[in-house]
Amino acid sequence: MATQHSRSAARIMMAPAVILLLGWMLVPLIMTLLFSFKKYLPMRGGDLGWVGFDNYVRFVSSSAFWPSVSATLIIVGGVLAITIVFGVLLAILLNQPMWGQGVVRILVIAPFFVMPTVSALVWKNMFMDPTNGLFAHLWKFFGAEPISWLSEASMPSIVMIVSWQWLPFATLILLTAIQSLDSEQLEAAEMDGAPPIKRFAFITLPHLSRAITIVLLIQTIFLLAIFAEIFVTTGGAFGTRTLTYLIFQRVLESQNVGLGSAGGVYAIILANIVAIFLMRIVGKNLDA
Amino acid sequence: MARAVTQQRKIINTTAAWGIGLLIFFPILWTILTSFKTEATAIADPPVFLAFDWTLENYTAVMERSNYAKFLWNSIIIAGGSTILGIIIAVPAAWSMAFVPSRRTKDILLWMLSTKMLPAVGVLYPIYLICIKLGILDSRIALVIILMLMNLPIIVWMLYTYFKEIPGEILEAARMDGANLKSEILYVLTPMAIPGIASTLLLNFILAWNEAFWTLNLTAANAAPLTAFIASYSSPEGLFFAKLSAASTMAIAPILILGWFSQKQLVSGLTFGAVK
Repeated sequence: MATQHSRSAARIMMAPAVILLLGWMLVPLIMTLLFSFKKYLPMRGGDLGWVGFDNYVRFVSSSAFWPSVSATLIIVGGVLAITIVFGVLLAILLNQPMWGQGVVRILVIAPFFVMPTVSALVWKNMFMDPTNGLFAHLWKFFGAEPISWLSEASMPSIVMIVSWQWLPFATLILLTAIQSLDSEQLEAAEMDGAPPIKRFAFITLPHLSRAITIVLLIQTIFLLAIFAEIFVTTGGAFGTRTLTYLIFQRVLESQNVGLGSAGGVYAIILANIVAIFLMRIVGKNLDA
Repeated sequence: MARAVTQQRKIINTTAAWGIGLLIFFPILWTILTSFKTEATAIADPPVFLAFDWTLENYTAVMERSNYAKFLWNSIIIAGGSTILGIIIAVPAAWSMAFVPSRRTKDILLWMLSTKMLPAVGVLYPIYLICIKLGILDSRIALVIILMLMNLPIIVWMLYTYFKEIPGEILEAARMDGANLKSEILYVLTPMAIPGIASTLLLNFILAWNEAFWTLNLTAANAAPLTAFIASYSSPEGLFFAKLSAASTMAIAPILILGWFSQKQLVSGLTFGAVK
């Protein structure tokens, strides 16, 4: 069907996108790999030669490494748990018959479109500020001592801010998946006397499992890389320095490019482990 | 009897859904409301909800103080430029993958997606260095190119899924009628592809507008867009809730409106077609 002529035309048409992405992927990646094996301090002598795996060893043995791993895991894990549990519940609720469904959908999806620096600053100041924030007013109203959220409860605060940003995404995708559920199955189960919990556990949840996996994987990739939320709220203080933020500090703040690049390679490996699973699912879908 | 039960359930559903919806939307609503208060009202205890003297003074103050127009212009150029450039490069690629698929098409698509998974921080310094060497650090052109490359996989992917849905028979019919490649693209495909291209444009404009890693790290005084403008409010400057709200409202309002139009595309676009 496709002629030789159209095949070569197709190749030419694909070339710009493929070449650009190849360059975008390979050039910085190779540079990061090279830097990671060097002692490279741009402000203090520049390129000071090869050091083998020194940077890799130093990066993991620095006192900041394990705290940053646990901060990353807490943020990713916390946000995933919150957004998926509430996302499923919210999707089920939004799928019920009601008035004004379209408007509610718009209200729920809105946080996703707020730029990360805005949502972080709004939460930091207008809600979590210990003297003038809305939470402080609320706490005082009930006679409690206001909390300085971002220093005393820094991790829960950040998990909350990021969850607020990502809940819409999880909800919207799960809602889309739930809408493809055959309602006759649920009705049949209801007729057979299955209580709501069993209908949820044996029909709705299995139907959602693929969508949940996809939400899990995509969010993990984005959550591993969150930056602006920490940059404008705590600046990495109070135990909120994630792996991404630690690498950023090594590279741009302390200008230790070799060390930071070794960290970058770890981050790339970590993201790739997640990505492989995501690619499998997406790839399977392509065949169908 | 059955009808009464469903009616009652509908009322419960509606109340619960609206309650939760408003709760989730509340921070945005509160920001918009605060932007019309005076600084003193903004921090009043107990908080004032609606009964205050509405004022526009924060908006004028923000505009005067920080050269808001320049940041806005940078945002428009960076988000718009990267999206349009991305579309120009992606349309031919997606077209050929959808209509002249080969054995390797699937691999190429998946590989393109995999570049999207590369954590930005892993390549921060090389990109930073390349920008310095080329003399384009803190320039709009650097961000246009970087954000274009960042979103190119999503653009190709979205266009591919839209193009796939155009029936191949139409192309064959056009070919039978003697249409060549050029007129095939111009008169047959383009009109059918425009809705898909438009929604791709919209979603990627939003993603580029909100991007906050490269825009924060690669800009300073010249090319900083609204993300950086807002971040500059993170340093404490005393009482500034109302002005912060006004600046925030201006930064998110255009995108909220565009976003509401694109919520359907969001699902297929961000899950790479895996959830429809």
